[in-house]
Amino acid sequence: MENNSLFKPGHTACAGCGQAIAAKLVIEAAGSNTIVCNNTGCLEVFTTGYPETAWGVPFIHSLFENCAAVASGVEAALIYLGKKDSTNVIAQGGDGGTADIGLQALSGMLERGHDILYVCYDNEAYMNTGIQRSGLTPYESNTSTTPIAGKSLGNIRPKKPMPEIAAAHGIPYVATCSVGFMPDLQRKVKKAISIKGPKYIQIHASCPLGWRHETNLSLDVAKLAVETGLYPLIEFENGILVAQKKITPRPVEEYLKTQGRFKHLLNNPEAIKQIQAIADNNIKKYSLKLETPASS
Amino acid sequence: MKEFLEGSRAVAEAVKLCKPAVISAYPITPQTHIVEELAAMVAGGELNSQFVNVESEHSAASVVLGAEATGVRAFTATSSQGLFYMAEVIFNIAGLRMPIVMTCANRAISAPINIWNDQQDSISLRDAGWIQLYAQDVQESADFHLIGYRIAEDKNIMLPVMVCMDGFILTHGMESVDIPEQAKVDKFLPPYKALYKLDTSDPMSIGLLVGPDHYLETRFALQETLKDVLDLLPKISQEFRNAFGRDYKDCLVEEYCIKDAEKVIVAMGSVCGTIKEVVDALRKKGKKVGLLRIISYRPFPYARIYDALKNVKRVAILDKAVSLGGYAPIAVDIKAAFSGKKKGPEVISSFVAGLGGRDITVESIKEVFSKLTQKEVNGEFIDLKPELLKESYGE
Amino acid sequence: MYGPLIIKPVKSKGANTGAWRVQVKPKFLQKNCIGCKMCAVICPEGCIKGKEKNAFVCDYEYCKGCALCCLVCPKKDIVMVEEGKE
Repeated sequence: MENNSLFKPGHTACAGCGQAIAAKLVIEAAGSNTIVCNNTGCLEVFTTGYPETAWGVPFIHSLFENCAAVASGVEAALIYLGKKDSTNVIAQGGDGGTADIGLQALSGMLERGHDILYVCYDNEAYMNTGIQRSGLTPYESNTSTTPIAGKSLGNIRPKKPMPEIAAAHGIPYVATCSVGFMPDLQRKVKKAISIKGPKYIQIHASCPLGWRHETNLSLDVAKLAVETGLYPLIEFENGILVAQKKITPRPVEEYLKTQGRFKHLLNNPEAIKQIQAIADNNIKKYSLKLETPASS
Repeated sequence: MKEFLEGSRAVAEAVKLCKPAVISAYPITPQTHIVEELAAMVAGGELNSQFVNVESEHSAASVVLGAEATGVRAFTATSSQGLFYMAEVIFNIAGLRMPIVMTCANRAISAPINIWNDQQDSISLRDAGWIQLYAQDVQESADFHLIGYRIAEDKNIMLPVMVCMDGFILTHGMESVDIPEQAKVDKFLPPYKALYKLDTSDPMSIGLLVGPDHYLETRFALQETLKDVLDLLPKISQEFRNAFGRDYKDCLVEEYCIKDAEKVIVAMGSVCGTIKEVVDALRKKGKKVGLLRIISYRPFPYARIYDALKNVKRVAILDKAVSLGGYAPIAVDIKAAFSGKKKGPEVISSFVAGLGGRDITVESIKEVFSKLTQKEVNGEFIDLKPELLKESYGE
Repeated sequence: MYGPLIIKPVKSKGANTGAWRVQVKPKFLQKNCIGCKMCAVICPEGCIKGKEKNAFVCDYEYCKGCALCCLVCPKKDIVMVEEGKE
């Protein structure tokens, strides 16, 4: 079996890992003329455990929060060497490494206008350290630091609006993707790579271990997140919403019942109503509802 | 060519001669003038460099790390709080063997916040694996950057270098400095050639997850390499002397009137200028005193110091830092140099002075010499004001 | 002197993650395959290769048995069979 692929098998991700699917698709869409700067997290740990590496492109991992800054340095060096036009730079991290500890470096990179694509793999918790709550953990999700005990229903805060935060910097392109919609993901990455300037892509990556679902359902669970309106697939250009994936909204319960982390909500109609409100709000805010042509 | 320059300007000129490809720094007193001068040089076209204005010191260090990893020379500068903010990256840079040169404008540590000079900041990071050189005057501050890149980028070393200069005293002090010619610098310091780098034509992964089976050897390698630095610095110093005429001997220590001295002070940095004046004055009166100035704090030149001081009766160490809860930092290393050895001073006394920018005057030095008696003193603070110790809070 | 710092792709050998499979493995029937490539796209390991219809194969050295390929195939041309049975 030829070994010149850019994201090689033999890495130690869990079976059915959504982030592995996403990372593979991202680097294949970007191509071999790419340098990858990675934060600490699942992706870095399962792809570069000495003496193995899954990466067929130049790859650097420094710390948990600084991939955007390291990528800024790589980009500056490439400009000095006159190689920037022929080399893509990707900075990538998990949801914790992007929205929490890495927010400062990311914001600085976006503000300075570096020609870098930032990819956030959103599996909605600090999965590598054992499923702890992050800034992108959804409302009422069960994590080890927002556990279900007593009256607690899990995480009490909504997701941090990272795509809007990125778009507020006025950068050329911001997009959300999902491993449930792979051709859409490939298209958006290719589009981002072709634009000059800072870009932000957030990919909803299902996690069989952290979300507690069967490994072969990674695709379907991610699809449901989009189809209920809980994870809108949207695109911003220069801070303005320009495109969204239209859906025929399905009730959020269909999504919640597929995963163990929401199991505690299933016999709690109040809680489900609150989550439905989040979905309805998204549908309204981003005009997600697919309008069928007026019938009769 | 000799010019009358502010210390920061001299450092900026020296860095310009080294032609860094990427410069990235965050403002912090008293380093700001260095970076401002460099920014002006880049903007004015004198220096072809990518200047990245970052949003924190952590990112500044990360930017230069990313740049060096891509195979180009990079530079940054910082002080106290900034150094601590980037501390995580400092260890990371040494571990990844990136030959960055950084200026540390030594400044006191919060809390309480104090912007004046002492050496607590860089000394607190002595374990990081960086080479640390301490400059005595503006000329050395400038020259050590050239020597710094030269030793950092040596194929057998590949370790980052911190050039430490006392904040305000050297950064804002003006002296007559010789700025070398570019052609001579180019000969002394060839362009940087990375041993490994991020290059799409030869992909590799840097910064891996290393388990218990492999980590020990990386630290051993760093430790052995720092020992090699002790052998290489004298050679590079000699090359420097041949190229530019200034002789830093072995660039590890400087002996001043040690030969027949009965009392010697050991110190680091700009305070040595004052100590030399006191030594001269006391020598005129027939007192046998001397100064041992430490230039390379890491790697610490234990053998060299043993040779210099083994026949001296009494040694006083003047620390501009304090390792709270333990013995003063330089004192610990000096005592270790003589531990278990047959020869050595009868008395090694340790003094702490100058913290937070308190002036170390000629009188303070004379007080140290007079306190260097048969009775060993440990971590005594010089010029303490007892009346300030009576602050009381609450009930 | 240097310790373990970098690895090059050609030098590294990925662990034999095929050993992780415990129950089932995918069997490619190669009868109704339309060459949509979705199995290759979705495989988290990237161990499914192929170009033409009915010619996609899985590298069992690395397959972890997650069964995503089986679920995604629009023609149900991939089935999960018990280990050791075929």
